[in-house]
Amino acid sequence: MGLSMHDAATSRTKVERTSDVDMVVRRSFDAPARLVFRAWSDAELFRRWWVPASAPVRLRTCEMDVRTGGSYRLEFGEDEGPVHSFFGRYVEVVPNEKIVWTNEESDDGALTTVTFEESDGKTLVTYHDRHGSKEALDEAFEGMEGGIAEQFEQLAAVLEG
Amino acid sequence: MVQYSSAALDAAFAALSDATRRGILERLGRRESSVSALADAFDMTLTGMKKHIGVLEQAGLVTTEKVGRVRTCRLGGRGLRAEAAWIDGVQQLWDARFDALDGIVEELKRKEQSDGPEHA
Repeated sequence: MGLSMHDAATSRTKVERTSDVDMVVRRSFDAPARLVFRAWSDAELFRRWWVPASAPVRLRTCEMDVRTGGSYRLEFGEDEGPVHSFFGRYVEVVPNEKIVWTNEESDDGALTTVTFEESDGKTLVTYHDRHGSKEALDEAFEGMEGGIAEQFEQLAAVLEG
Repeated sequence: MVQYSSAALDAAFAALSDATRRGILERLGRRESSVSALADAFDMTLTGMKKHIGVLEQAGLVTTEKVGRVRTCRLGGRGLRAEAAWIDGVQQLWDARFDALDGIVEELKRKEQSDGPEHA
């Protein structure tokens, strides 16, 4: 994956590793927070963008009960192929403001916090993954180097083509 | 965040023990270069330069990429480059996601405007 393939400097999406265990992604949307929140909390809407149509993976299951104490389950894979599952619970949901969920597919999965901050009709979305340890993030890093990085390359190729 | 093993450090120090290889790194620090351009610059045969590049590559100090018949060399601290690639990959995923989310949010906005404020 070449560094020049993608112009991070001009992208509207900001990705930062803010510490050994934290990753933050930010972007502003030209809409009020309640609409952006709806796209994050309605499973039918969520599945349309979490896995963009151009992505080389298929989301076969997307179940979300977005309320404090609710749970979610996402399953990726073709009907015949292996299935990769992601699941956890919503530990805090404040409508139009905040969603916090666990990632329980691994023992020390990250805690994810998404906040929606509205100002002048625009909404700043901040997505924050906090890993349990530096080691956990390092492992996520190792994983990235392998299979997932390949998927991103395919994804990038599709997007550029 | 990437830990070098002592074997990797040994390889890096061995690679750096040679003046020509240090010169190659210094040059690649300014700009990427093909193997043949490096051979010319250091007045060496292509085979000799390939050996040096091989040692630097093994040590994780240089990465090379072959496009067509040209092999391009870049400075590549192994960890540094891997981390940049990781961020790059994450960035691409989130760009794609958020572009799609943008489309859906626009759709919701239009729907709300056409349905009137009572549905807002």
